[in-house]
Amino acid sequence: MSERVLEVKDLEIIYKTDLETVYAVNNISFSLNKGETLGIVGETGAGKTTTALSILRLLPERTGRIKKGSIKLMGEELLSLPEGRMREIRGDRVAMIFQDPMTSLNPVISIGDQISEVLSLHGYRDEKKENIDQRVDEVLRLVGISPDRKKDYPHQFSGGMKQRVIIAIALACEPDLLIADEPTTALDVTIQAQVLAMIRDLKDRLGTSMIMITHDLGIVAETCDKVAVIYAGELIETGTLEEIFLGKDHHPYTVGLFGSIPNLKIKTRRLSPIGGLMPDPTNLPKGCKFSPRCPHCMEICCQIEPPGYLAETHNIKCHLFKEKAGWKQA
Amino acid sequence: MKDNFQVKRHGKFKEVWRRLKKSKTAMFGLVVLSIFILAAIFAELLIPYSVALKQNIPIRLQGPSAEHWFGTDGYGRDLFVRILHGSRRSLSIGLIATASSLFVGLIFGAAVGYYGGAFDNVVMRIMDTLSAIPATLMALAIVAALGSNMVNLIIAISIARIPAFVRIIRAAILGVVDLEYIEAAHAGGAGDFRIIMTHILPNIVGTLIVQTTMTTAQLIMRAASLSFLGLGILPPEPEWGALLSEAREFMRPAPHLMVFPGLAIVLSTLSLNLLGDGLRDALDPRLKS
Repeated sequence: MSERVLEVKDLEIIYKTDLETVYAVNNISFSLNKGETLGIVGETGAGKTTTALSILRLLPERTGRIKKGSIKLMGEELLSLPEGRMREIRGDRVAMIFQDPMTSLNPVISIGDQISEVLSLHGYRDEKKENIDQRVDEVLRLVGISPDRKKDYPHQFSGGMKQRVIIAIALACEPDLLIADEPTTALDVTIQAQVLAMIRDLKDRLGTSMIMITHDLGIVAETCDKVAVIYAGELIETGTLEEIFLGKDHHPYTVGLFGSIPNLKIKTRRLSPIGGLMPDPTNLPKGCKFSPRCPHCMEICCQIEPPGYLAETHNIKCHLFKEKAGWKQA
Repeated sequence: MKDNFQVKRHGKFKEVWRRLKKSKTAMFGLVVLSIFILAAIFAELLIPYSVALKQNIPIRLQGPSAEHWFGTDGYGRDLFVRILHGSRRSLSIGLIATASSLFVGLIFGAAVGYYGGAFDNVVMRIMDTLSAIPATLMALAIVAALGSNMVNLIIAISIARIPAFVRIIRAAILGVVDLEYIEAAHAGGAGDFRIIMTHILPNIVGTLIVQTTMTTAQLIMRAASLSFLGLGILPPEPEWGALLSEAREFMRPAPHLMVFPGLAIVLSTLSLNLLGDGLRDALDPRLKS
């Protein structure tokens, strides 16, 4: 079972312009086994998409820079690969589902051609036209679209259907890793449920590992095996789905996140959101990044960055867990 | 779910054609332009070129008649035949010059629009410099330096037109290159060349078609004006601008010598402009009705 598909270690990414340096991702490490789904949860601007793009090495060329760290796909270091080899990996072994289905399909190319493009780019089997056509029909059927619609253009599909087409493109080459960057944010709730169910179903059938990037804890609960909470470019809490959703001990930020969503069982008049805003990523606070907003902030928090504390697979980066029973420094 | 109800499929170009047909002016332009082009292509079959050069002094400077539709010029040559054969040069200069400046503009425009950075800066400053020189003046200088013949005329006109194409194509590409589907194409493993050719260019083809028709009209005019100045096509070869230039001597006794070549230039450029206008409206999805 535990075949490592992806291993990210000490990843640091900055966006550098003439005027300022944005510390987008700071020292992130996580790993993903075959067939597992990791949910990366966080606010806008926390570094979710940046992390995802760095795995494909698609950060904006002029500004984005991976300062240090390593990203290994099936044991192969991606960060030192030449661009040509990287292109072979994109779409073939790592595929991405983008946020907005309305804009991520090319409006002037029929959807069948867009699916067959990714197949022919990666020399699908033996580049014979009929075989590729057959495979296009196959993946369209897989996502529940009739193959006789493959000559249609994106504007002839609804939003949910477009997202299915995008999923079809992503799964066409049967990738080892699927990165879904908020795949349902642009869809309405009923379609969201359909698309999520389909993603989960296909992932299980094909044995693909997946990174699900979202700010919606409901989606995480439905689809993920592991969860990583990201704040200001740091993973402040990671663990299994049960540890995050059912565990007693949490990072104060995670507590705040859960406090910000309505609970059907408990009657409250108001939600309790986290006060304040995310720190300016060009000027991150010293010590714990969450300290300015943290209700349990101590003196040490503003000075020393907390190490990770571990209880089995549950990892929390917070000084509160220093002396807590059952937790030890990682 | 058999074919008992057929979904009507509209290809993109079928849709454009449908909208283009609605515009009367555009259809007028298309018809006139087609007549001009067909006449130019089949000129040799209709009336041989030698007729256009055959002098017949006794019947010089005659007005339009059944025998000589547009009258005769100062050497007694039939003006209709000269305009007919002149159209081959005028139109082909316009088309070839447009095509070659479009080609060069496309290469540079696509490269700078896509890659940007220092390369973009260098190329665009060169284009700024080029476009700072008045187009006619530059063409004059090039033809004067290289000698006047049809090929040099085409080169001169094309070079002066390249900056405009580079700028337009660059702008069009900048509008597309940051869209999510281009990023998606990257994520699918497509290379730069493939992304430019299959993902970006089809999206700016509307802008290009319109720009190309309008430019062709302008370049026909420019070719005619250079020939009028005695650069480019030289007598006795017929060319619209050269015909106008020859007619200058006889402006009072035989004004038809100016009117007919002038009409040919006006009609051909007008039809191209009308067609270009119609295409712009037909290709703009925001005007979809």
